Amino acid sequence: MTTIDVTPETGKKPESPANPRRRVYRPNTKYIPILATLALLVIMYTSGVVNYENFGQPSVLVNLFRDNAVLLVVAVGMTFVILTGGIDLSVGAVISMTTTLTATLLQGGWPPLVVLVLVLLLGSLLGAGQGAVIHYFKVEPFIATLAGLFLARGIALFINQSSIPIRDETWKAISEYRIEIADGVVTKPIAIVALAAVLIAAAVLAWTRFGRNVYAIGGNADSALLMGLPVGRTRIAVYTLSGFCAALGGVLFSINSTSGWALQGNGLELDAIAACVIGGVLLTGGSGYVFGTLLGVMVTGLIQTIIIFQGDLNSAWTRIIVGVLLFAFIVMQRLVTRKVKQ
Amino acid sequence: MTAILKNRLFWPAAILVVLLVVNMFTSNQFVTVRDGHLFGTFIDILRGSAPLVLVALGMTLVIATGGIDLSVGSVMAISGAVACLLISDLGNQNSVGSVLLIIGIAILVSLVLGLWNGALVAVIGIQPIIATLILMVAGRGIAQLITDGQIINVQSGPYATIASGFFLALPVAFLIAAAAVALITLLTRRTALGLLLESVGGSPTASRLAGIGARRITIMVYVVSGGFAGLAGLIYSANIKSADSISAGNLIELDAILAVVIGGTALIGGRFSIAGTVLGAILIQTLGVTVVAVGVPAKATLLFKAIVVVALCLSQSPTFRQKVFGRFKPRPAVRAEVPA
Amino acid sequence: MTGIRKVFPGVVALDGVDFRLFPGEIHALMGENGAGKSTLIKVLTGVYEIDGGDIKLAGEPVRISGPLQAQQVGVSTVYQEVNLCTNLSVAENIFIGREPRRFGRIQWGVMRRRAAELLGRLDLNLDVSAPLSTYSLAIQQMVAIARAVDVSARVLILDEPTSSLDSSEVEQLFAVMRRLKADGVAILFVSHFLDQIYEVSDRLTVLRNGQLIGEYRTAELPQVQLVEKMIGKELAALEDLEDKAQRTREKAAEAKPVIEARGLGRTGAIAPYDLTIHEGEVVGLAGLLGSGRTELARLLFGADKADEGELRVAGKPVNLRSPQLAMKRGIAFSSENRRTEGIIGDLSVRENIILALQASRGWTRPIPRKRQDEIVEKYIKALQIRPADPERPVRNLSGGNQQKVLLARWLITEPKLLIIDEPTRGIDVGAKAEIQKLVAELSDGGMAVLFVSAELEEVLRLSHKIEVLRDRRLVEELENTSDVDADRIMRTIASGATS
Repeated sequence: MTTIDVTPETGKKPESPANPRRRVYRPNTKYIPILATLALLVIMYTSGVVNYENFGQPSVLVNLFRDNAVLLVVAVGMTFVILTGGIDLSVGAVISMTTTLTATLLQGGWPPLVVLVLVLLLGSLLGAGQGAVIHYFKVEPFIATLAGLFLARGIALFINQSSIPIRDETWKAISEYRIEIADGVVTKPIAIVALAAVLIAAAVLAWTRFGRNVYAIGGNADSALLMGLPVGRTRIAVYTLSGFCAALGGVLFSINSTSGWALQGNGLELDAIAACVIGGVLLTGGSGYVFGTLLGVMVTGLIQTIIIFQGDLNSAWTRIIVGVLLFAFIVMQRLVTRKVKQ
Repeated sequence: MTAILKNRLFWPAAILVVLLVVNMFTSNQFVTVRDGHLFGTFIDILRGSAPLVLVALGMTLVIATGGIDLSVGSVMAISGAVACLLISDLGNQNSVGSVLLIIGIAILVSLVLGLWNGALVAVIGIQPIIATLILMVAGRGIAQLITDGQIINVQSGPYATIASGFFLALPVAFLIAAAAVALITLLTRRTALGLLLESVGGSPTASRLAGIGARRITIMVYVVSGGFAGLAGLIYSANIKSADSISAGNLIELDAILAVVIGGTALIGGRFSIAGTVLGAILIQTLGVTVVAVGVPAKATLLFKAIVVVALCLSQSPTFRQKVFGRFKPRPAVRAEVPA
Repeated sequence: MTGIRKVFPGVVALDGVDFRLFPGEIHALMGENGAGKSTLIKVLTGVYEIDGGDIKLAGEPVRISGPLQAQQVGVSTVYQEVNLCTNLSVAENIFIGREPRRFGRIQWGVMRRRAAELLGRLDLNLDVSAPLSTYSLAIQQMVAIARAVDVSARVLILDEPTSSLDSSEVEQLFAVMRRLKADGVAILFVSHFLDQIYEVSDRLTVLRNGQLIGEYRTAELPQVQLVEKMIGKELAALEDLEDKAQRTREKAAEAKPVIEARGLGRTGAIAPYDLTIHEGEVVGLAGLLGSGRTELARLLFGADKADEGELRVAGKPVNLRSPQLAMKRGIAFSSENRRTEGIIGDLSVRENIILALQASRGWTRPIPRKRQDEIVEKYIKALQIRPADPERPVRNLSGGNQQKVLLARWLITEPKLLIIDEPTRGIDVGAKAEIQKLVAELSDGGMAVLFVSAELEEVLRLSHKIEVLRDRRLVEELENTSDVDADRIMRTIASGATS
């Protein structure tokens, strides 16, 4: 009987032991959107360095993490949800709920650690509730999380409508703490937390059964069910995780601004979705990486930085450029997926 | 009786009636006549709900084809910005002819924006939620660019009329919304448009094989949605006599989608109900007015709304009803509201 | 399995069917549509519960309650549309849910190595870290088989695995099947390609109308006999239809051609073919499922685009790029997939009937409601659509009545050519006779009809001319004269020869 030797049309060839080192690097199609984002990021950064004084300083890059820590954490949670083919509109509202609650409780003299655990639990609980409604009652994710959005922001406004200052010593200490990475390059703890969230999420997605189940459900939920995967449990877990990440984002927000405000995080859910899409996470589910989401957040962050350096570009152009980039990436993704299908 | 109870619109309608009755008792002026015009809380509700009704109307058609339009808020901001910019440049801001022309231009711009959405969805084949997210993000930037980041104030009598004026004792904004509802009802139920829309939303493949040009219909609904959003933007900006590119139509897409869903149109497309959407939009507006009127503290307004929304959404999930009420009640199809 | 009985509302899908499957054999399950093949498979995999009879596995009685439990007792199924996640890698698709782990961390290296080993045993050498979507459907199917075998290696059910594969891919699949057979796996194989059955299977079981016709050794049953057993003899209830001798054409000589296809074809769907249909002529397409019947018909309606050949309608060359254009030329097409490509379930009977006519008029020119009611009432009466309520959602109607709604949809457009694909499939005998009678009447009225059906008797009874298809190729055109009978056509279907 003859052996069947098949090579995927687009993938790399099976390794030939004769000359393993001389393999020409051909990217797998699944990395193309992410590589394109990376290329774009490099181009943007280089043009920034060329055009503006001091743009090349390491602090510019390091500050990207500091300034976008909240978005990054939220987008990481969103990545899990989108990978299963869902969507979570409630994250911005969960941030406002968390900041308001944190500030109020701290003002009331609650121990910081208790407050931290409590708000993180509450965010997760809200997420789990949404996941359960989506899975058990077959309410569409869009509508279920929209209701969650109203609920979370409603709770925030109910607690307090105005901005509440945080005077807690622990919060202030964390807020004012600086970490020196290299000579003259400092960053804040929130940036480290955000980076840690990215790394943990990447590890979970790549190396745990839960992570792989997320991809499987996004790829084909019916098949996943037939293959005996815990579809319901995974789906609820994913929304719980997104709720947790949003709450964590809220905590970071409250640390950064040492205040809580019910209008905080308004519209952040769409920024997070856009970051995922720019980073190559397909909204249909099953395809994308946390690393891509990181790049997506960096792209939007770098645009903001360039606008600050430029000085005369207003927020209007920021929005338009983000829109144009979004458009470019989606059309590119569309072309890539079409090619794969053929 | 059971037939009425089973109707998807029963609970929304019942809640609306309760809210209106509550308003009748709490407000000292529910409906009164003053200076030959109708005034009072009820009239305020009708007037205030006009933009949402318009946006939700367009959204209904988009959702009937299985799509969604997130860009309506941005389109509102752009149309308001265009109108205010042009009016502020007028020598005589009270010239009716010029204002009408400008309104026409603003609506035309909105239609073009809708065409862009439609082309992305129907020609390039991008998922509607993402296709319209692009304009949602960039559109507000465009509006800011038009107003140069400022709030443009206008002192135009004719322009203000479309929001706060009265005609035949009724608010003009209400009349505009009513006319739009009548127009869409006629368009969808007196022509074959409604049938073809429901057919495309119900089964794109079967529709194609029945010879329906799904692409053209899809583009058309986004154009209509854009146009109505533009009109809503004009009413909004005429109401505050200025163009506010940041807060105009902010988050209105969510309310509009909610109104459509409350009105019994499923997000997956197919059967749609104009009457249901209007009911949903007025309900959302009334809810906002009522919580203030009954003295629910302002801070609890949104929470109150959220609870009603959660209850409504769950009441419309067949699985939920089955689990809660024990036995399965088949979902009654939403009937065409115009018996011909 | 003995005495399996499965009753659906109104239909007995399986009536006391016995079925045996031995380790180390490839057993083919044969039968036309509606014969009960898929029901039997679904019973075996636990999708449906049985209403009677029992299932024994290796002598032990088992109750199979669902696909997962079926897997646990050792029964795995690979469907035509592969139930895997194509976005994941080959190795993952084999091991997902059962990944080798250490301290909770998936050991990718171990997983890839084991996947490569497993595939190697099936003589497949793949890059197991590449996403499954980069491989052809055939390979995907073999990966699905590898997973199924690795999860539970006793009984493997292959439901039409070859329908979308080309011949070399089929060979690959067969190589894998033979290898598994040698390992002692019991394989149940469903295919509509007779050659494949004869090439790979040891025994076969024939079902017809939910009943067991028999179990045979493949080598001992000639192809002609097999086809005969699958298609069966005509049903008594249809005898009252006029005799086919009267249906042979009289005016054929002076009739004008409605449509002429020359070398029309579409790669992978149907080989180029020539076909002419005249006014008042009924042309029947005969052939087994997957022989290209539907594909041929779809090209004539623009439902799929032809990539070669030319088409003339009423003598003028046309390019049918879309159904809309075909409809403008007076062509109507009712698909075999009633539920997904025919009716629109949410809409009412009335709306479904007027849909095509309305589409051709455009949305700006609605059919007046009064006229709609007239048309609908007329056709509900003429076609005896039950229940006779025009406002009922069409999804609540039975299959036969849905089919009549679809026929009405096309008849009111007054087409010159009516293409009907499997209009009588899965509907009861009475409705079947009514539809056949209607086709005869339409043709007498001058309409050209292209009639596609899996039932030979039906094709023979109605058609003036019969086109025989086999393996996606039009192999023979027969005038339906008195010396043409079912045996004659079966011989062509079975052998492919144009004797």
